[in-house]
Amino acid sequence: MPKITLTVNNEPVTRDVEARTLLSELIREELKLTGTHIGCDTSQCGACTVQVNGQPVKSCSMLAVQANGADVLTIEGHGDGETLTPLQNALHEHHGLQCGFCTPGMVLTADALLRDNPDPSEEDIRHELEGNICRCTGYQNIVEAVLAAAKTMRG
Amino acid sequence: MQDFSFKKPDSLDAAVAALEAQEDGIYLAGGQTILPVMKFGLAEPTGVVDLSGIADLVKIEVTDKVVSIGAMTTHAAVAASVDIRRALPGLADLAGLIGDPQVRNRGTLGGSIANNDPSADYPAAVLALNATVVTNRREITADDFFVDMFETALEDGEIITRVDFPITDCAAYAKFANPASRYAVAGVFVAKRNAKTDGGVRVAVTGAGPVVFRVPDMEAALDGDFSPDAIKNISVPADGLNNDIHASAEYRSHLIGVMAERAIKTAKETNNKGGGAQ
Ligand SMILES: Cc1cc2nc3c(=O)[nH]c(=O)nc-3n(C[C@H](O)[C@H](O)[C@H](O)COP(=O)(O)OP(=O)(O)OC[C@H]3O[C@@H](n4cnc5c(N)ncnc54)[C@H](O)[C@@H]3O)c2cc1C
Ligand code: FES
Ligand code: FES
Repeated sequence: MPKITLTVNNEPVTRDVEARTLLSELIREELKLTGTHIGCDTSQCGACTVQVNGQPVKSCSMLAVQANGADVLTIEGHGDGETLTPLQNALHEHHGLQCGFCTPGMVLTADALLRDNPDPSEEDIRHELEGNICRCTGYQNIVEAVLAAAKTMRG
Repeated sequence: MQDFSFKKPDSLDAAVAALEAQEDGIYLAGGQTILPVMKFGLAEPTGVVDLSGIADLVKIEVTDKVVSIGAMTTHAAVAASVDIRRALPGLADLAGLIGDPQVRNRGTLGGSIANNDPSADYPAAVLALNATVVTNRREITADDFFVDMFETALEDGEIITRVDFPITDCAAYAKFANPASRYAVAGVFVAKRNAKTDGGVRVAVTGAGPVVFRVPDMEAALDGDFSPDAIKNISVPADGLNNDIHASAEYRSHLIGVMAERAIKTAKETNNKGGGAQ
């Protein structure tokens, strides 16, 4: 079995995995980080989004062995778990979630977006969130939350 | 998904050897097509050879004549490249319209054209810009590369190393995207090239037929007058176009004309703004 070493939420992780193990399986079943959700398991919905070396990817569409040596961030590593980050706070304030199933993926995609583009337009946000499907909110409040978070973070 | 052996060689020769050692091996780029296919059990390789350990395959080089992109370069890197945006803005735009950010962060140029999905975007750029597909064995012209649906000129074990796109004064892509997947229902790449020295305008259509194709009637009309009006009365017959749950063949035939006109308009605008090369 291939041995892999990576960082997950700043913690070093070393595991022997079957080559066919998906990154999402490693995260949820091995590491028990179940904030990473599986919606479709067919690369469509973005619920399983994590950041690999700072970039959002669908963890159901990547092998764990492909993350060997990488720096992985899951929703559990976003913020300190005590105080809400500006993005989490804006989603709360603007009612950017209902069931919350899509939210971890939304947060990790939006977090990367705001790092690359601190002052995004509404159109930029809609384009960058295209890979994250939400069946509840109709997106409007999510987009407003990301705009608000951007404003807060710019200070 | 059934288990397989996994190898990540650091050279082309080692990759070919690793593949040949397998009864049923496949190359892995970003996995954005092949992993979903394997999860469905539609491919059950005994061995997977990851190309991401081969250093030379990720690169972008722009001279005054050619944009050269390594096969393992992601769509996100192409979309974000300032050099490509300056030389061939239509190509950077196309890369930024593929799928969604997560797909663009993993999916690669080489994987896209090796897979040759009838609705993929890159084949339109490769064909319209008359690009050369370079492999570990030879150079293949765009006109010879895309053979049929999911079929290319690649031989067993052959690895695409890079694609060379000649720079042209103006070129642009317009697509009508499937609202769910963003794959092209119909996409048209138009490249204006000098009729005397470069063989003239090329128009390539993806998404509408079983495989990317050129439209010679539009190309001839545009050689005389590079404007949306020049192709107003030219249409691609619905016969033989794709007919599926997303769109009828007649609708796709109509979309080709609309997308071609939009692409021509955008190409002229980028050129006038000086966004295009020269
Ligand atoms: C949700 C979703 C939406 C998408 N939307 C679009 C879209 O709008 N437009 C679009 O064009 N595409 C779209 N794609 C596909 C995407 O562009 C991928 O980049 C493309 O499918 C290829 O994936 P990959 O580069 O990860 O290659 P892989 O999946 O790793 O490989 C694909 C195939 O190519 C072979 N291969 C890979 N690299 C090489 C090489 N260098 N030499 C020889 N053979 C090679 C592999 O063996 C395999 O058979 C979408 C995909 C998903 C999941
Ligand atoms: S669970 Fe990965 S994209 Fe839906
Ligand atoms: S809040 Fe329910 S899916 Fe987005």
